Amino acid sequence: MSQVLDTPPLKTAPTPAAPADDDLVALAARHGLSVSGARPSLPQYVRQLWARRHFIAAFSTAKLTAQYSQAKLGQVWQVMTPLLNAAVYYLIFGVLLQTKKGVPDYVPFLVTGVFIWTFTQSSILAGTRAISGNLGLVRALHFPRAALPISFCLQQLQQLLFSMAALVVILLFFGVPVAVSWVLAIPALVLQFTFNAGVSMILARLGAKTPDLAQLMPFVLRTWMYASGVMFSIDHILSRHTDLPSWVGTVLQANPAAVYIDLMRFALIDSFHASQLPPHVWALATGWALLAGVGGFIYFWKAEETYGRG
Amino acid sequence: MAEHTNGNTPDLTPTVIADHVDIVYRVNGTGAGRGSATAALNRILRRKKAEKAAGVRTVHAVRDVSFVAYKGEAIGLIGTNGSGKSTLLKAVAGLLPVENGRIYTGGQPSLLGVNAALMNDLTGERNVHLGGLAMGMSREQVKERYQEIVDFSGINEKGDFITLPMRTYSSGMAARLRFSIAAAKDHDVLLIDEALATGDRKFQKRSEERIRELRKEAGTVFLVSHSNKSIRDTCDRVLWLERGELRMDGPTEDVMKEYEAFTGDAKPKPKPKPKAAAKPAEPTVAQPS
Repeated sequence: MSQVLDTPPLKTAPTPAAPADDDLVALAARHGLSVSGARPSLPQYVRQLWARRHFIAAFSTAKLTAQYSQAKLGQVWQVMTPLLNAAVYYLIFGVLLQTKKGVPDYVPFLVTGVFIWTFTQSSILAGTRAISGNLGLVRALHFPRAALPISFCLQQLQQLLFSMAALVVILLFFGVPVAVSWVLAIPALVLQFTFNAGVSMILARLGAKTPDLAQLMPFVLRTWMYASGVMFSIDHILSRHTDLPSWVGTVLQANPAAVYIDLMRFALIDSFHASQLPPHVWALATGWALLAGVGGFIYFWKAEETYGRG
Repeated sequence: MAEHTNGNTPDLTPTVIADHVDIVYRVNGTGAGRGSATAALNRILRRKKAEKAAGVRTVHAVRDVSFVAYKGEAIGLIGTNGSGKSTLLKAVAGLLPVENGRIYTGGQPSLLGVNAALMNDLTGERNVHLGGLAMGMSREQVKERYQEIVDFSGINEKGDFITLPMRTYSSGMAARLRFSIAAAKDHDVLLIDEALATGDRKFQKRSEERIRELRKEAGTVFLVSHSNKSIRDTCDRVLWLERGELRMDGPTEDVMKEYEAFTGDAKPKPKPKPKAAAKPAEPTVAQPS
């Protein structure tokens, strides 16, 4: 067991007579005391979380600002990082591998895909470490722990908004006309954020129990990225390989990441037509968001009292 | 012992009840293998069969502690290093699970401290906001108290430092700001872990005063300290923990006398200090396994 046991306790001082068990329990009940560190009910939890909304917002903004505060160019990196990312992907997939064949407006197509995918990817990665990487915070202060994964997703959303500003410039530069359909980007982002937050909460719980997950997730996410049509059009691939069994196409198109990416492309790029979208795309996008959002929240809440312990 | 405590509390409302509390830590990656790959693999493969052989150690930090704290009391927790004081405090705050027994609390006990929520790359100003929100204050409350916090910390006495990132502060300045933020909120049950030892003498005096104020507003205050003087100054009841066991519970003077005799006695012969039990306060605590 422990070393503490090795030396018998000295018996010099008088030990206080502890009241009997029943007395203490009854005393607690009489004065309406509650058990310390017990999990609140779901409605209570939602209320607590809502009460902390300003903390969630402040925490995510603070994280975002702190990220580049040591760099000489400072906040310029918010826009530079996604642009450089897109440039690398263009060099490899557009120029070297020629995936752009048959895809009109390839650069806007690719950049939209990269940005939207990065949003999901970094939200999930941040979510995996949300609890295990912030044990100090969890052990020092009381707040609904779901505030952490949500806050990290919000940070990624703010990051994405910077990227979207850069994206608008790219779109206009490559001659994509401004259209009414751009408004659709807003519901698409709301749904994607809900999905991301839900998945983050699931992984936050798993990552809190098994911190090793943080090492594994980058590989899972990279595999997921290549299956999500970030740098190629799933629609094109499917029409070129008609010999594939039909379920492959269904699975590829129902993939939530692909759904959100294609929705955004449909909203922003005029040459990306509705025919390239998977069937029932909005229903799919909403379904995934609700499933992950609600499911993830409940799953996370179920282990609320265990975070930061042990 | 109950008579003593009852004596100086006019209304006998209990705020914290500890009912035969045991706290046990499990630490991964100790022992023979010490975190090597083979030890880890061994641990995974053999699971519970050989926890000890695979390097999982348990530390029984608090054993069978029972007490009742009443409203209006200031309770000092004393004991040699690694006697389980901080651990017990964390369990009262609901931040550590108990192995056996129960802790009941009225209202939300809070540890005094916001260190973990603050970010060194941000300005002091933003950290005041962030820390306040993290403790559960509303935006209006933070705005209202902002000037008070900055004035109390004395950060701006030597120039406009509050608009500089916290990483540029001296360690004393940072500690003062942290204490000021943490002390800005009123608590039902306030738990203080050696917070008094920050800053220069002038600031220490100011913070002791603030703790007395907080005590008036809070239901109950728990103070962990190695300074016998600050325990005597602030507390009217003392719990003495030794090796995780409650050795004594009573009025400050009685317990302190015994404690001083105990620590004085122990000086000539080297006292075996249970080091492992001291760890829990640090962030190196066992990961959830």
